[in-house]
Amino acid sequence: MSTSALAAPVSRRDFLKLSGLAGGGLALAFYIRSGGDAAAQTAPTDFSPNAFIRISPAGVVTIVSKQPEMGQGVKTSLPMIIAEQLEVPWKDVVIEQGDFDTKKYGNQSAGGSQSTPSNYDNFHLLGATARTMLVEAAAQTWGVPAAECRAENATVIHKSGKSLKYGQLAAKAAALPVPAKEQVKLKPESEYKLLGKRIPQVDSVKIATGAPLFGIDMKLPGMLYAVYEKCPAFGGKVVSANLDQIKTLPGVKDAFVLEGGGGVKGLVPGVAIVADSTWAAFSARKQLKVTWNEGEVAEQSWDKFVATARADAAKPGKTQLRKDGDPDAALKSAAKVVEAEYLYPFISHANLEPQNTTAHWKDGALTVWTPAQIPNLAVGLITRVLGIPADKITMHLTRAGGGFGRRISADYVVETCAIAQKVNGPVKLTWSREDDLRHDHYRPGGLHFLKGGVDAAGKVVAWKNHFFTFGEGGSPGSGGSLHKDELPARIVPNFQSEQTMFATGWPMGPWRAPGSCVFGWVFNSFIDELAHAAGREPASVHLELLGTEKSLPGGGQGGRAYDLERFRNVVKFTLEKAGWGKKKYAKGQGAGLGYYFSHRGYFAQVAEVTVSKEGELKVDRVVCGYDIGSQVVNLSGAENQIEGSIVDGLGVLMTQELNIERGRVVQANFNDYPLIRINQSPTKIECHQLKTANPTTGMGEPAIPPIAGAVCNAIFAAVGKRVRQMPLTRVDLRWA
Amino acid sequence: MKYTLNVNGQSRTVDVAPDTPVLWVLRDNLELVGTKFGCGIGQCGACTIHLNGVPARACMTPVSTVGRMKITTIEGLAADAKKLHPVQQAWCELDVAQCGYCQSGQIMTAAALLKDNPKPSDEDIDGAMAGNLCRCATYTRIRTGIKRASELAAGAKEAAQ
Repeated sequence: MSTSALAAPVSRRDFLKLSGLAGGGLALAFYIRSGGDAAAQTAPTDFSPNAFIRISPAGVVTIVSKQPEMGQGVKTSLPMIIAEQLEVPWKDVVIEQGDFDTKKYGNQSAGGSQSTPSNYDNFHLLGATARTMLVEAAAQTWGVPAAECRAENATVIHKSGKSLKYGQLAAKAAALPVPAKEQVKLKPESEYKLLGKRIPQVDSVKIATGAPLFGIDMKLPGMLYAVYEKCPAFGGKVVSANLDQIKTLPGVKDAFVLEGGGGVKGLVPGVAIVADSTWAAFSARKQLKVTWNEGEVAEQSWDKFVATARADAAKPGKTQLRKDGDPDAALKSAAKVVEAEYLYPFISHANLEPQNTTAHWKDGALTVWTPAQIPNLAVGLITRVLGIPADKITMHLTRAGGGFGRRISADYVVETCAIAQKVNGPVKLTWSREDDLRHDHYRPGGLHFLKGGVDAAGKVVAWKNHFFTFGEGGSPGSGGSLHKDELPARIVPNFQSEQTMFATGWPMGPWRAPGSCVFGWVFNSFIDELAHAAGREPASVHLELLGTEKSLPGGGQGGRAYDLERFRNVVKFTLEKAGWGKKKYAKGQGAGLGYYFSHRGYFAQVAEVTVSKEGELKVDRVVCGYDIGSQVVNLSGAENQIEGSIVDGLGVLMTQELNIERGRVVQANFNDYPLIRINQSPTKIECHQLKTANPTTGMGEPAIPPIAGAVCNAIFAAVGKRVRQMPLTRVDLRWA
Repeated sequence: MKYTLNVNGQSRTVDVAPDTPVLWVLRDNLELVGTKFGCGIGQCGACTIHLNGVPARACMTPVSTVGRMKITTIEGLAADAKKLHPVQQAWCELDVAQCGYCQSGQIMTAAALLKDNPKPSDEDIDGAMAGNLCRCATYTRIRTGIKRASELAAGAKEAAQ
């Protein structure tokens, strides 16, 4: 690239005019040299062409990670993209967690497996732009055309062999204008050195040595420790509490009532105890006596709703989502008809790090340290409930000990801030495990009443579903709405889906692959039932349904059209990798197929299981084929997400169940809400990428939906028992 | 009450209530936050420490019961501060963690397992590690990590001979 090519950058003002703030946040940051907090660390001679990259004259390369890290690996993978294009050796790069600052970094939401697809192209450009400027700086130093120079290993090399290190070029590059996008050449995939490799997380050593990283690890000088007791029944309010007694207990500094506001997912009313240590606060809480006004939600129980659903299943649903063809006539003329009820309970996110936040309210300004997934929503909630303007809130993002959608909600953040407003000095709120299980924003349970028919040729010709779901505030909880296009809509000719919602006062929120995590199970399982009813090999029926068209019209998952070709290919690819149909299984053993499209990714899984005569399930092997486009960013992180998702989805199937009785959660801790353990995990998991010429997409969620169907279909193949209820602790799998 | 504890080979004195679990003494008083709070009832293993070399749940161990027992935490697991313990090395090399919150507990349990059983089978591993929850479900990597740590420890032993 010649010097003249760099002479006409888009001016910042022009760019602002072109992009506006909303959509152009990240690209905007791209054109602004670091300011704010980072400026304090940026020496004038540092090269910092955007908010994400800093190169010091000593040659230290710092990359800022803007996204909240919760175990999904973005703090490693997104900077890898920049490092790849920047041409710097990964081992020498320093990664820094950015604070919440959308003006500087653009969108900082971690959720919906969006971090990769929404930043992928921009991050390539960020790195490549900086590299282009460093090459230009070297070319100007030598008085040669930039085209005669190349960048490699944090060094610019001229064709004559002379070279300059990035550090030596930093000051000069810092004085150059930032080139426009069109003037920057990206490294092609064929030249990647880093992307697609297995790179351990940047914080591996800190994790393995127990260094402070997480929100709960925060400690500030003079910090106090808070606990917060809420009504066991959702929506309950404080009538009175023995505050005077609590204030006399050892270590207790204060105790007070918060009235709450902002609804069942906002600042929930309760009693705060503030003490000089966590244990003093926990101990005092055992003496706390609160009289609650439980309110009307205390009338609502899961069992009653289930009974109502069963009684009303045959009646028309409240909402007809879709009707194609004539399902009733098709069922009447079908060769075989299957009727089934599929049921799954409410479950919790159960992040292992209990909810916590540290906050300091001083002189009308709030500083917050929190493991939030979507800091923007946390700031919004604080402003809405406590009236603190956003420009008076500074939010530092700590590592989160698990997200899974839970920390999209910010109830625990606003609780801390409300407590902080009454405390002189910084304060950390720590939830107990019991708080966490009893005041989660749950994945809603659901019931599907299904009727399906196959014709004399064994083709699936009819599908009817009356889905019962749960809502709060007038609409279904996150993941509790069945989309009108949800499969097998559009691939079964006579199709009807209806939805009836129970209005509750129970808080619900997104749980990893919302909706998909259960709809995939229902779809994969019931098609398998129909295949067996027709006496056919199930995989052939699944593939037959996926047809021969290129894509499916209408909106697919998340409003995106299904690419049927990618779907079929990933299913075939996975069957082949698993050796489908080539193995003979003994009684008690079998294989099953599951597949789904969610979060832009096409995933298929074959599970091989053994069910003992005593009914104990062991998953021997899971083979996962996946199509997330052309380029995996970090193979280690990607496979970790797949392996973890498979075991997570299996755990949900095997053990997880929350019961809600009289408006409150029955379970309290991991003794009665068991999570999957190592001895219940699959013996072997294999991950196989099917590369396709499509944009790279995210890995945090799409491996979850297929696993429950794959395992349940394998259980049927093994012992002839159909699992129609989660969790398996409620299902008798014994056989003789 | 004042207690003088032996933590990672150092003598540390704290003034806390006798029923305070060692977990909170470590985290709040001694600023050793690698030992994690997960459940408070000994169900998740995130708070695993060693007492005289044996894994224990710090959330269920009142400080008054510790006496002169040697407390080892994740921060003191590596005998040589400049070199990671083989389990820590394997964890980093194989990128075991996702969120990482449970991993100090996993590593402490795994280190104790390898001390007793330098070459554990899959069954041995599942048996020893079943008390440690990982919500990110990194269990398959934990198994591989322990096997790799076993190799690293054997290699280090050979090299030392």
